[in-house]
Amino acid sequence: MTKKQKKILLRIIVAAILFVAALFVPSEYTAVRLAAFLVPYFVIGWDILWKAIRNIFHGQIFDENFLMAIATVGAFFLGEYPEGVAVMLFYQTGELFQSCAVGKSRESISALMEIRPDYANVERDGKIETVDPDEVEIGEIIVVKPGERISLDGVIAEGTSMLDTSALTGESMPRDVADGDEVISGSVNISGVLRVRTTKTFGESTVSKILDLVENTSGKKAKAENFITRFARYYTPCVVIGAVLLAVVPSLIFGNPSEWIGRALTFLVISCPCALVISVPLSFFGGIGGAARCGILVKGGNYLEALSKTGTVVFDKTGTLTKGVFRVTSICPEGMTENELIEIAALAESYSNHPISKSLREAYGKEIDNSRISSTEEITGKGVSAVVDGKTVLAGNGKLMDSAGVEWNTPDATGTVVYVAVDGKYAGCIVISDEVKENSAKAISALKALGVRKTVMLTGDSKEIGESVAKTLGLDEAYTQLLPADKVERVEQLLSDNGKESRLVFVGDGINDAPVLSRADIGIAMGGIGSDAAIEASDIVLMDDNPAKIAKAIEISRRTVSIVNQNIIFALSVKGIVLVLGALGFANMWLAVFADVGVSVIAILNAMRALKVKE
Amino acid sequence: MKKTFKMRDLECAHCAQKMEDAIRKIEGVEEVAVSFMAQKLTLSAEESLFDEIMKKVEKACRKIEPDCTIVM
Repeated sequence: MTKKQKKILLRIIVAAILFVAALFVPSEYTAVRLAAFLVPYFVIGWDILWKAIRNIFHGQIFDENFLMAIATVGAFFLGEYPEGVAVMLFYQTGELFQSCAVGKSRESISALMEIRPDYANVERDGKIETVDPDEVEIGEIIVVKPGERISLDGVIAEGTSMLDTSALTGESMPRDVADGDEVISGSVNISGVLRVRTTKTFGESTVSKILDLVENTSGKKAKAENFITRFARYYTPCVVIGAVLLAVVPSLIFGNPSEWIGRALTFLVISCPCALVISVPLSFFGGIGGAARCGILVKGGNYLEALSKTGTVVFDKTGTLTKGVFRVTSICPEGMTENELIEIAALAESYSNHPISKSLREAYGKEIDNSRISSTEEITGKGVSAVVDGKTVLAGNGKLMDSAGVEWNTPDATGTVVYVAVDGKYAGCIVISDEVKENSAKAISALKALGVRKTVMLTGDSKEIGESVAKTLGLDEAYTQLLPADKVERVEQLLSDNGKESRLVFVGDGINDAPVLSRADIGIAMGGIGSDAAIEASDIVLMDDNPAKIAKAIEISRRTVSIVNQNIIFALSVKGIVLVLGALGFANMWLAVFADVGVSVIAILNAMRALKVKE
Repeated sequence: MKKTFKMRDLECAHCAQKMEDAIRKIEGVEEVAVSFMAQKLTLSAEESLFDEIMKKVEKACRKIEPDCTIVM
């Protein structure tokens, strides 16, 4: 509890004791009794009265202080002293509870975000200095001891260790790192001492970017939030006007004004819209916090809300559903062993920097002995011709084989195929393809299970490769051989097919996807940790590039939205019922206070559930 | 120019909304968000007028919730 909250608590206790004492004053001593109730009333309510008066001078009528002041002063005028004090007492208790609950949830959300490093140990002139991370420059060496948080993005210059990246990615498995590996700020060093050469300033480092993103989410409000603020704007004046009418009109018709004024006062107590105004943004705040804990960064309540209505999910292929890394997946030699074929191909392609050549060398796995290669020639658009161990080796596509007059066979597997011929004779082929991520298939089936109607894949890749990936993963549609502009067009088409009420999500790795990411209702980027383009262009960022997190994000969004709806319906119906009961004379002020602060507290407690995310 | 300020003693969600509405009406303000949850004010405004605008912002906030202060 803060100092302010403690002070209020003390006032509540003192006022409550004085209030109970006042109840024992016999009713025949009218003046003494009034005084006995006025003392606890002022103890508990002086600040409300003061604020009410002050705010009127500031042109703020109809605020909660004013309403409470009118209601309780009114009760005193009607001779209902105990009600006047009790309502104020209740109100203050409720407010205290509410401020504690909000403070608590604020704390638990910010605890999730406690990834901000407070200092960095930087190596300068052979000595280690502890400085503010802001003061570390690019290229300096920082020393990270076990248990410390890495403060800036960089590359390990020395040391091996395990890193806990769970606060960033939600991934609980520690990551092994060694010399030369890139590390990101915000991860915690578990075992060994690391010397890290920084590659970014603190402001540009991952941790700053994430914090910036999460802390600024409140700028983008969800529809439900806007609805509530608009509603609140009309609700209070309407109820106050209702109260005035209730006090005047029936009194003129039926007489007995004090009864009607009493009923009107209960109206005033209910008229504060705070329960709604607090609980709706709190739920979204909680949902965003819970998602962040899973490594899903949502840039605003509006995106979380929209995500719950996902009807179509469109994926980019490379880097999103697949790893984006090319690997040899199939070797079909003719007249030699698999190893021999790989060896020859790797040697022949050893001078090329093409990703295909790199994956061949990786598959070969040994040092390339350059002395075995006497000449190489790159044939544009076809492949290479090289002399290896005195034999002429051709490695490339079908066109290369055709031009050399070599007969070749198409392999069963799909991917990029490298055909190899030795001294004019076909030696077999090697298939290189981008591997599908382990969790891609699971991601698609989880989306289907959540009721997503359509899953689509867009790729610039060839028809065979694209369609085979789509088939293995169980996607509904696949569009292949698309240029970036075609992707936008495709997404526009899908958007118009998607229907008004459902939303289209595009998931990409952020490279070349920026226009599509912004065109879709919701753009989800594979953050690839630190990829600036992705973080900027998208609405949601998946920190660990795991497509299965999309389903998780949708689950969180649905849960959050349902909590928001529960709160809106609950608060409105309780208030509505109490208003009707109050008008009919069945609700006293006590019930009205419950309808005001009691409902707020319950709604806040409910909103807190949004923060809890099942693992 | 966009800047974020911490707010102290921003106690009611409804007031935060009112502040936001009031600030939005100030001339030169491009974008504003008052977050009750984060207790933060995010303001984008014309750089040359920023200080002047901030003064008006403070005044507007004080009018709505006199106990609330913007931490500069």
